[in-house]
Amino acid sequence: MTGPDGREKKLSAVAASYFDVDGTLIRTNLVHPTLWYLMHQRTPMRSLQKLARAAWKTPQMIWAEMQDRRMFNEILFSSYEGISHDRLMILADDAFNDIMKKALYPHAKDLISRCRDEGHDVVLVSGALDFLMTRLADHLGATHVIANRLEIKDGYATGRLLRPVVAGPEKARLIRDHARERGHNLDDCFAYSDSYSDVPMLSVVGHPAAVNPDSKLERLARTYGWPVLTLDKSVN
Amino acid sequence: MSHPLVVTLDRKSAPRTIFSGDRLVEVDLPPGTRCIYPKAPIAPLKDVEAAIRYALNHPYDSEPLHAKLRPGMKVVIGIDDISLPLPPMRRPDVRERVLTVVLQTLADHGVDDVTLIIATSVHRRMTGEEIRHIVGDRIYNGYYPDRLYNHDAEDLKNMVEIGTTEMGEVVELNRKAVESDLLIYVNLNLVPMDGGHKSVAVGFCGYKSLKAHHNPQTMRKCHSYMDPKSSALATSVERMGKLANKKLNVFTIETTINNRMFDRPLEFLHKNEDDLSGMEKTALKALTMTLAKVPQSARQAIFQRVPSPYGVTGVFAGSTEAVHEHTLARTYEQYLVPIKGQADILVTGVPYISPYNVNSFLNPLLVQVMVNGYLFNMYKGAPLLKKGGTMIVTHPCTDMFDKEHHAPYIEFVHNLLPETRDALELHKRYEAKFASNPAYIQAYRTGHAYHPAHPFFMWYWGEAGRQHTGRVIVVGADNEYIPKLMGWETARTMNEALEMAKDTAPPSPDIVLMHMPPIVMAEVTV
Repeated sequence: MTGPDGREKKLSAVAASYFDVDGTLIRTNLVHPTLWYLMHQRTPMRSLQKLARAAWKTPQMIWAEMQDRRMFNEILFSSYEGISHDRLMILADDAFNDIMKKALYPHAKDLISRCRDEGHDVVLVSGALDFLMTRLADHLGATHVIANRLEIKDGYATGRLLRPVVAGPEKARLIRDHARERGHNLDDCFAYSDSYSDVPMLSVVGHPAAVNPDSKLERLARTYGWPVLTLDKSVN
Repeated sequence: MSHPLVVTLDRKSAPRTIFSGDRLVEVDLPPGTRCIYPKAPIAPLKDVEAAIRYALNHPYDSEPLHAKLRPGMKVVIGIDDISLPLPPMRRPDVRERVLTVVLQTLADHGVDDVTLIIATSVHRRMTGEEIRHIVGDRIYNGYYPDRLYNHDAEDLKNMVEIGTTEMGEVVELNRKAVESDLLIYVNLNLVPMDGGHKSVAVGFCGYKSLKAHHNPQTMRKCHSYMDPKSSALATSVERMGKLANKKLNVFTIETTINNRMFDRPLEFLHKNEDDLSGMEKTALKALTMTLAKVPQSARQAIFQRVPSPYGVTGVFAGSTEAVHEHTLARTYEQYLVPIKGQADILVTGVPYISPYNVNSFLNPLLVQVMVNGYLFNMYKGAPLLKKGGTMIVTHPCTDMFDKEHHAPYIEFVHNLLPETRDALELHKRYEAKFASNPAYIQAYRTGHAYHPAHPFFMWYWGEAGRQHTGRVIVVGADNEYIPKLMGWETARTMNEALEMAKDTAPPSPDIVLMHMPPIVMAEVTV
């Protein structure tokens, strides 16, 4: 591998495991924590206003989800407009405990522990918000997070996402960058996802795996001989 | 005077019909070829339940089962997995019959803390329906899934090291089994390499223990797997099993079955082709033609969906070693056919099934296991094939895998074998990393995939055969890539293969055909 200075860069012997989160490690998706935040506004009236505005955008979001995951993320996260940064942070632990922790698949922690035992860097790559992902990473023992970040101006969320927006093919580029920075050889790295939309991310590593996959991803994984894992069921 | 089941062909002999995967092929073999046929099935026990009760009450080198019981004790029952027998047995499986009597005995003596564990080692987890087939509806409904489940060799908190043998072999077993007050093992013994100490010491162990003997060095010293006294693998397992039995209270129950693999409509498959009746000849032709025409899934269904009508020939209980002596004697009685003199050229059909592809496809790595592992090793005494001799096998060697059961095999065959076929090199360079691949381990733990160490073990399984055999020639391969990957040559017809084999054989070579399945073993004297 060659570094930006053109000199040969030494690759780390350690591999990395890149995990999509929603549907892969937890059964919730981006909408659940967003709704939770909207329901936990300063006053019930404000919550109602926020929820009504989000409901108004629902058809747009459904259309966007069918077209482009990035567009969907941007519309969804615009619901955070006007929420203070302090509030987002203060409520983050509760949001994590109420929504994400309970929704973890039974074997998610086992798989991540196994990756850590192998000495892998474990990276959560998610369209969800960074302050929730860091909490999930701490809980699971993941080492890094690549997640979406809200733009904050004067202490309040603007409803826009900072670039780069983590979604779809962009995840593949972010993984490449992460591996380059950390000196990982992508051929030795692993990636796990449940969704066909993450095929670009799965395709850049040497060891892709489909986890609780949707039918399109399962067909693709079977065709290419990628392991298909289930984390959502009890063992027997 | 040779044994009646060793038939020497002459000019008038009919062509032989042998398996080529899930097809049958007719082959013409030269006059003078000796064909070894399986023995007729031993008569089954008339009253299996009575035999089970008798065995439990009159065990070898042990108190009767009832005398070992006390109310409130913790009992674990280990059960052989789906790799035995082949194909699966028609219901009721003999394990169900043994378990029914054992569970009743336990209940009668106030023992209700009972857990049944399928001793899968690093084999794939059995599905609920597969377990139901083995243990029957009543036991399944009563115990599954909380008190009847598959062993998980990668559930590290539930594995426990109980010691190390004098040869440094680490014995790590299932915690539940180790912490039980009594471990009852219910075995189904198909061939002589099954059962004995292998049941507990392998069935309940994990990778840490398996790698002590499932390695190229040990596998090279097995002559053969079917003769435990001449198998370094069996010797290692015995050391580990003895250590386990010192620490655990083990009561072994072993059962033997005859070789009635095919039911009446297909029974003629084990017969000498010259002895077939007119009706049987027609049926054989019809079956051969049908299998040639129908798609692979239908062929798999024809053979694998129909369980075999095996008859139970023995039930033995007591201490592991004493029991296993009787089991071995009964299995040899069924399979051994004496033959004098080794072969320069050994011909055999490769059937559609191995212990590792029940309800799935015999993939290229398993074809290798069948050829270099099982079929080569079907001997006791001297190897049936002379050192440096040629094996001619019939199989399509299709480059196809069951994507769920054999997920790690695909990478092994297509990424590692092209790098090297050298088992020592594979062992040294790749095994440790591959065997700890988190994705494959998860697929083993929560899916139905074999453990990632298993494809390596499958390659090592062929090691003794590879070291001994000069050449392997495949007839009927549908591609050249897979045979080449295995280090084999290809021929379009049996005649062509024989001509190729003669290039490196002495003049007037001794040609032997192993006509199986059903299972036959050669007892070879030189």
